[in-house]
Amino acid sequence: MRCNPCSSILMLAALLTMAGCDQYSPVESTQQGFRGTAMVELAEPGDDDLAAAVQAAIPAALPQVPPGGPKAGDVYKNVKVLGHLDAGQFGRLMASITAWVAPKEGCAYCHEAANFADDSKYTKVVSRRMIEMTLAINGGWKDHVGETGVTCYTCHGGQHIPANLWSRDPGPDRRSRFDGNQDGQNSPVRSVGLSSLPFDPYTPFLLGASEIRVNAPQALPTEPAHAPDILSAERTYGLMMHMSDSLGVNCTFCHNSRAFAVWEESNPQRATAWHGIRMVRQINTDYMEPLASVFPENRLGPLGDPLKANCSTCHQGLNKPLGGVSMLKDHPELGGPAPAVVKE
Amino acid sequence: MADYQNIFTRVQVRAAPYPGVPMRGGSWVRQGQPIFSYWMGKIGDAQIGPFYLGWLGLASILCFFVAIEIIGLNMAASVNWSPSEFLRQLPWLALEPPSPEYGLTLPPLAEGGWWLMAGFFLTCSILLWWVRMYRRARALGMGTHTTWAFASAIWLYLVLGFIRPLMMGSWSEAVPFGIFPHLDWTAAFSIRFGNLFYNPFHMLSIAFLYGSTLLFAMHGATILAVSRLGGEREIEQIVDRGTASERAALFWRWTMGFNATMESIHRWAWWFAVLCPLTGGIGILLTGTVVDNWYLWGVKHGIAAPYPPMPVVDPASLQSGGVQ
Repeated sequence: MRCNPCSSILMLAALLTMAGCDQYSPVESTQQGFRGTAMVELAEPGDDDLAAAVQAAIPAALPQVPPGGPKAGDVYKNVKVLGHLDAGQFGRLMASITAWVAPKEGCAYCHEAANFADDSKYTKVVSRRMIEMTLAINGGWKDHVGETGVTCYTCHGGQHIPANLWSRDPGPDRRSRFDGNQDGQNSPVRSVGLSSLPFDPYTPFLLGASEIRVNAPQALPTEPAHAPDILSAERTYGLMMHMSDSLGVNCTFCHNSRAFAVWEESNPQRATAWHGIRMVRQINTDYMEPLASVFPENRLGPLGDPLKANCSTCHQGLNKPLGGVSMLKDHPELGGPAPAVVKE
Repeated sequence: MADYQNIFTRVQVRAAPYPGVPMRGGSWVRQGQPIFSYWMGKIGDAQIGPFYLGWLGLASILCFFVAIEIIGLNMAASVNWSPSEFLRQLPWLALEPPSPEYGLTLPPLAEGGWWLMAGFFLTCSILLWWVRMYRRARALGMGTHTTWAFASAIWLYLVLGFIRPLMMGSWSEAVPFGIFPHLDWTAAFSIRFGNLFYNPFHMLSIAFLYGSTLLFAMHGATILAVSRLGGEREIEQIVDRGTASERAALFWRWTMGFNATMESIHRWAWWFAVLCPLTGGIGILLTGTVVDNWYLWGVKHGIAAPYPPMPVVDPASLQSGGVQ
């Protein structure tokens, strides 16, 4: 056989192209639904490491305090939410919150050192509202958080400000008003997985209650026409990209991709996510937005609204936040609404 | 003897530049002094030119230039005219059609007017090029097969950007100009209308698309395989069969019992290629106008195989308040 220069070049190109293949990890698929329906969850080897790293960083629970003794509301002044706790329990929770939110600054991050009852630091006012929020989540949103529940650490992870938050997006700073309109789309933005989909999927769905469902409920068109247009479908798609990215899962974690809308073909996780979307809406409308006047300016987004929650605030790339570890079981006092709220 | 056992043409025939068959009178003649390119000769004919422009060609190129300018300048404006950002973000950039609230009215330029204008000039350019193809084929005394094949692609283009939006009553139903944006539009289009895979015309279009590649591979391979016997002169062998044509036919007769002829294989290829956008365009045109949810349509007509139901209930149906 003659030595053919073209074949040699092709062989060389093939070798060079394949040389990098060993760096790609195999993706493992786990069957989630009925056989043959392609309902599989995809996992890369690094996924377990992420959960393990998150779990290893969780601070150890402080030793339990024996029940009994005077109530916090009687011992301390200006305890508005947790006054029903035993003073010892209350102190333990305060110490835990310090480890969860401000381990370096300690109590002084929220409290005036001279007078712990003083509300002059905005961080204290925000913390109180956040404790109310935590109680509301654990007590009222069991459809989403189950018995695992959440604590401050779920989102804060030892930081003052949770790592994944959002505020209203002013969009790219465009000088021209005459041309170049992008209709809120077409920027390489992480929020929608670097697609060209509408890059703010949060405001319509996680603050507002825009319709997520875009499929017609019947085969044939109706009069009047089924409203959602293709841009609505792109917005919904953007939200789903955010959820997929936040949970580190693919579409089939919740949906059967042949019929995204059909509940009878979906996994139970979809119902959990449905409640989660409504939970985040309540977090943002009832708890975060009203704090706009409490936060100092440097804690607000570019349009002056407080930072808000989305799926990644808790999930942080894991389909179960903290890899499924329940910190709530060590802190049952955060488990639900206070039985008798002490009002002043 | 010249043969074709490589991915490149190995033999280049060089002669005096060939000006082409004589033309009947007209205001234009073929332009340009022919040149020879060794590298173009590797993938085709080494002679470049002369070229026939004509009024139709000139008008088509001008319209195309205007359309591309409008699209490109809008993309550049969206990144504040920064050349580096234009290059970096180019796959994401787009010229978007008007928003739904404008319906079929004329929106301001910045809110879809530019899109309409770009679409108008691009459509003019394409239609002028179509007429030009027809006229050139006629001038050479050819059939107009290429023209009608091009018309099939234009049909799909017009359905996507013009006919279906008209029927839906809104320009917003049309496709944006842009690399990722038109792909995201395609995915969102399928999602909005309940999965295009259950659209029978989409199925046909895919069958003709994949069928075209299969036929092209079979035909190309067969002709190359008999080119050592002169098989690349396939057009002559339609009427004057030689050993190459005989063997090409025998190969498929022995392989699968049936063989196309030197003529009919080109009819097969033409129809597969033409039916791909033709059926695809019908499928797009029916979407949203005649069928609103292709999956449910598939269930209704026994196309979608039933799966065992999951124990999952729509949470919204359990809520008394009826929130979504």
